[in-house]
Amino acid sequence: MNELQLLTWARGPGLDIAVGIFVLGVLWRLIEIYTLGRKKDLAAPRRAAGASGLHTVFRRSLAPPGMLKRSPVSYIGGYTFHIGLAIIVFLGAPHILLISNLTGLSWPALPAQLIDLVAVVTMAAMLVMLFDRITKPAKRFLSTFEDWFTWTVTFLPVLTGWLAVQHLLLPYTTMLALHILSAEILLIVLPFTKLFHAFTLFGSRWYNGSANARKGVPV
Amino acid sequence: MSASLNKVTQTLKEVIDAPIASYFESCVHCGLCAEACLFYTETGDPKYTPIHKVEPLRRVYEQEYTLLGRLMKMVGLSKPITDDELEQWQELVYDSCTMCGRCSLVCPVGNDIVYMIRKFREGMAVSGHVPDGIRSATRRTVEIGGPMGLKWPAVANVLKHAEENTGLTIPVDKEGADYLVLLSSMEIVNYPEYIEALAKVFHKAGISFTLASDAFEATNAGIQIGASDIARVIVSRIVDAAERLKVKYVLSPECGHAYMAIRWEGPNLIGRPYGFKVVHVLELLDQLRQEGLLKMKDTFKDPLILHDPCQIVRRGGVLQAPDALIRQVAENYIPIADQQKWNWCCGGGGGASAIHTEEAEALRARAFGVKKRQIEAAGVGTVVTFCANCRITMEEALDHYEMNTKLIGLTELLAEHLED
Repeated sequence: MNELQLLTWARGPGLDIAVGIFVLGVLWRLIEIYTLGRKKDLAAPRRAAGASGLHTVFRRSLAPPGMLKRSPVSYIGGYTFHIGLAIIVFLGAPHILLISNLTGLSWPALPAQLIDLVAVVTMAAMLVMLFDRITKPAKRFLSTFEDWFTWTVTFLPVLTGWLAVQHLLLPYTTMLALHILSAEILLIVLPFTKLFHAFTLFGSRWYNGSANARKGVPV
Repeated sequence: MSASLNKVTQTLKEVIDAPIASYFESCVHCGLCAEACLFYTETGDPKYTPIHKVEPLRRVYEQEYTLLGRLMKMVGLSKPITDDELEQWQELVYDSCTMCGRCSLVCPVGNDIVYMIRKFREGMAVSGHVPDGIRSATRRTVEIGGPMGLKWPAVANVLKHAEENTGLTIPVDKEGADYLVLLSSMEIVNYPEYIEALAKVFHKAGISFTLASDAFEATNAGIQIGASDIARVIVSRIVDAAERLKVKYVLSPECGHAYMAIRWEGPNLIGRPYGFKVVHVLELLDQLRQEGLLKMKDTFKDPLILHDPCQIVRRGGVLQAPDALIRQVAENYIPIADQQKWNWCCGGGGGASAIHTEEAEALRARAFGVKKRQIEAAGVGTVVTFCANCRITMEEALDHYEMNTKLIGLTELLAEHLED
């Protein structure tokens, strides 16, 4: 298989397989988790302004009082790479084209140079977060193979995408094929690792927020 | 797997619900919960990271409820929980967790970690890996009536003294009263002033109240140890007495875990809503204040800070009353940076104060470091709080650090300055 055949496979059957596993995986996992249900709270509720599941879904995106100072790297690094990834995936022209081909939906893209810059910043933030995971006692203590693995599968698509656009290291076609393959690995892995927090964090925040809202505590 | 481990796994399987599953799936190992936990911030030991304290529960979840986990279990690739492991986790789940719930407020993905700890304790209680101190407090509550082994004659004696000191009657087993007053053993034994304070306030406001000779103890060691069946027995005593005496309200004492038990866990333990309302004593006092029935004859002058007990404020939802009440009586009240729902625990909640091993006591003293800094930064000689357990925990710590700080209960402080 030469690089063109590899690219063709990655764009065709490879993508179909990856998207298929991703969609079915996400559905399966959501059902697996949320059909477990929960018991009704029988205690008479108290009401308070600003306390609800929905409030918490939004409020938890901000650093709680004092926490930014305690763990600046986690927050600043975390915001940077999450926002960076979102910009690249949803506002990069080739990615919008891909989404448009899959779903028919389309929207304006950001200029390629800007996406380039965002990719560099995102990779820098991810490297800082990796360094933080290695050096910060609590983070390092919690880390398992999965943490290093998911970091890698998230980093690779950004790196290969940037290298392809910059025409660095390998011929464009090869690098593009690697970029698409690495993104496919990310899609396949996402539902079955901690990357699935991209979906469950809304449910978690909502559960926490609504349980505490019954007690009248905005959390 | 041994029979008892089987039972533990079964119990843990039963407590896992959609929120717990969602929480485990959401954790990205960011470690931010550690920064909210006083046992981590004061020791720097990463094993005290809150989410790590429920790791055996996570493994049961993974192995029993996820497709991949079940596959791994089938081919023998997963690590089942062991007795040794639970033994090791006892310290993490009891000694170094006061169920203060501060971690649940900071987790960026929204995990309610204290909820998970509470559920995990159900399994720990079944496995028998429970600190002796909490175990015996629980046994005494079930067999005798209270965690300190206090019986009614002793309580009656304290009430008699309170009547003599105040010149007021304290009704017992009086049907049709508005309020059924609950106490905590700690108050009866160490701070009987609370009872006098309450009698004064009730008489002043013209509210009828009663105590129940068969349900005076509000604390619930069953909840602290994590045994719902025992917790249910203890709560039922209060519910039965309240319904027999046909009261409109049950008044929770200052004690934090008592409030959590009777107000929030109780209806879920007995499986039905109450026919009466549960009111925390500070909620009642604040209501009287708003109605103009809580007038002060003078104010307390010494500079002071307020210690908000976790189970009443952060986890109980009594958010506004304490601040309003302290401003009513104190002239030099100094608000601290981390207050109300952000307050730091005294270090002795969740049953921890009942654990008297050398290690647990040393750990509690270290965990008090954050409170010590709050007191020193504010430069005050007085701390006011409203939980008998916080108070005793802080008294021990103040002794340990040879600090000259005075501790006062809020209800008692209000009563002292109440208009005659």
